[in-house]
Amino acid sequence: MGEVVAPGIPPGTGPYADLEALARRGRLHVIETVAHSGAGHIGGPLSAMDLLVALYFRVLRIRPDEPDWPERDRFVLSKGHSSVALYTVMAMRGYFPVEELQTFDRGDSRLQGHPDMLALPCLDASTGSLGQGFSVGLGIAMGTRRRGLPPHTFVMLGDGEAQEGQVWETVHVAPRHGAGNLTAIVDWNGMQQYGWALREGEEHSGNRRDPWAGIDLRGAFEAFGWKVLEIDGHDFGQILAACDEVRAGTAGTVPTAILAHTVKGRGISFTEGRSEWHARPATLDEAAVARAELAPAGEDAP
Amino acid sequence: MTRPQRDVWADTLIELAATDPDILVMDADLATSTRADKFAAAYPERFLQMGIAEQVMVGTAAGLSFTGYVPWVSSFGIFFSNRALDQVRMSVAQTHANVKIGAAYTGLMAGLAGKTHVDVSDIATFRAMPGMTILAPVDAAETAAMTRWATATPGPVYLRLGREAGPDVFGPDYVFEPRRVILLREGTEVLLISTGQQTARTLVAAELLGEEGISAGVLHVPSIKPVDDAAIAAAAASVPLVVTVEEHTVIGGLGGLVAEIVTAHDPRPLIRIGIQDTWAESAPNAWLLDRHGLTPERVADRVRRVWDRG
Repeated sequence: MGEVVAPGIPPGTGPYADLEALARRGRLHVIETVAHSGAGHIGGPLSAMDLLVALYFRVLRIRPDEPDWPERDRFVLSKGHSSVALYTVMAMRGYFPVEELQTFDRGDSRLQGHPDMLALPCLDASTGSLGQGFSVGLGIAMGTRRRGLPPHTFVMLGDGEAQEGQVWETVHVAPRHGAGNLTAIVDWNGMQQYGWALREGEEHSGNRRDPWAGIDLRGAFEAFGWKVLEIDGHDFGQILAACDEVRAGTAGTVPTAILAHTVKGRGISFTEGRSEWHARPATLDEAAVARAELAPAGEDAP
Repeated sequence: MTRPQRDVWADTLIELAATDPDILVMDADLATSTRADKFAAAYPERFLQMGIAEQVMVGTAAGLSFTGYVPWVSSFGIFFSNRALDQVRMSVAQTHANVKIGAAYTGLMAGLAGKTHVDVSDIATFRAMPGMTILAPVDAAETAAMTRWATATPGPVYLRLGREAGPDVFGPDYVFEPRRVILLREGTEVLLISTGQQTARTLVAAELLGEEGISAGVLHVPSIKPVDDAAIAAAAASVPLVVTVEEHTVIGGLGGLVAEIVTAHDPRPLIRIGIQDTWAESAPNAWLLDRHGLTPERVADRVRRVWDRG
């Protein structure tokens, strides 16, 4: 599909300069939205931001002005606690005004703490209780295929979320139903809310154990019959290539897991790799630092 | 004796599927017990085996409903009200998904399965869930009518199906109406309020009481939620003693519902007959009904003792 750039983002250089600028802007929206709300998640939204920008600005076949278009691709944020990142990207893509982000978590807002498809009808699912969105995505994929429609359904899971038993129910059932039009993107940022302490001598980019330390997550998906692609979830070239590959398999019978290696809190110096930023708002001073880091000269301040 | 409710449910869906291509039946590997296997034989392409995995079944059903299908998920009731309760809550009830829950083996008579498979509290659980419709048919005609209504009406429905056959209460021309309560027998001294298959036994209990000179009416509540509160309040206000009778715990089910209504309108003595905050045993049906005080004789005896006490 054609390239889409949000207003106010100047063309840069390099093949993905526009996406990189959108992701920087998105990260700033996340920090400022959560700071304004006084509560919300930071680490997961920032690790997922590049993936979401790539999906909504390059990969997904969608019509923001016709959100219920039957032939649209579907996207389910199964790790619903990263809602602020999804709202940010959907706002930048034109589903609703960016200013509406200011209402996040405000009672009667459409932007509830966890995605609510009744409150915000342009969502494809309601998520938040971990593990469920993956199954809902499977159902959507099975339904669109039964209808003879062409869409691909993308579901984003957290690596911590993948500890839920329901995730593995979906993993074993999806290949039995030949859901080649289903892709699970695992935002493998290597940290969960608290998790396990690092073992003696263990090395990790963060200060706690990886949710899948010592476990062959790739092998687990493969054992159940999934195709697995492993990428750097902050490299737009790799993200887009992987999505092209799963798109090509839409008519097939093998679902795909994209294991996207990411960094929790990515993009801001003081949040990267810090588990304490799983869910805590920035102070005014911290938000100012983030703004300085994320809004380089030449871009409009969001 | 009528046909078992589980058979009526499956046969009705087979009939409906002939003209409604969007009906799907999903199974968590209990199809030969729930009778979903009948649907599988009639419409193999519209039968979705999800394996012994109720959580993914419920979530997948929600997703299918978002593409316009009308999925009936089928399992034992306890696996919806317990194992996959969070999936029913978030993926179905909170999205008002058009998912229908065919809850088999509800009530006490679960084929000798015992406390692991008998859900004593499914009505209480789903009554407390916003947006959930709960239906409990007494017989074959009502089961068929509810199955048709649920399939045609948008939104989540929990249909409480019994394993065993019971007597017919209604004729084939029965029409189901949500909220409606049905006065099956007039009485001036005691009102017995009942739901599901228990209503048939409660009717016999009322006859026994009548033979002993106690005038007992019977009010059937097939639509637990939504329900016509005002009609229950008015019926309760017409007698000095109200008794609820249910194949369910006395906590939070029909007894809880009626207590909430009666205390808010015109308070009067209320006896709740049902499972007394305990688990069910694996035992023959007659033994279970007797142990938990739900045979006609046991119900009549309990009411008589309360009535005689004044």
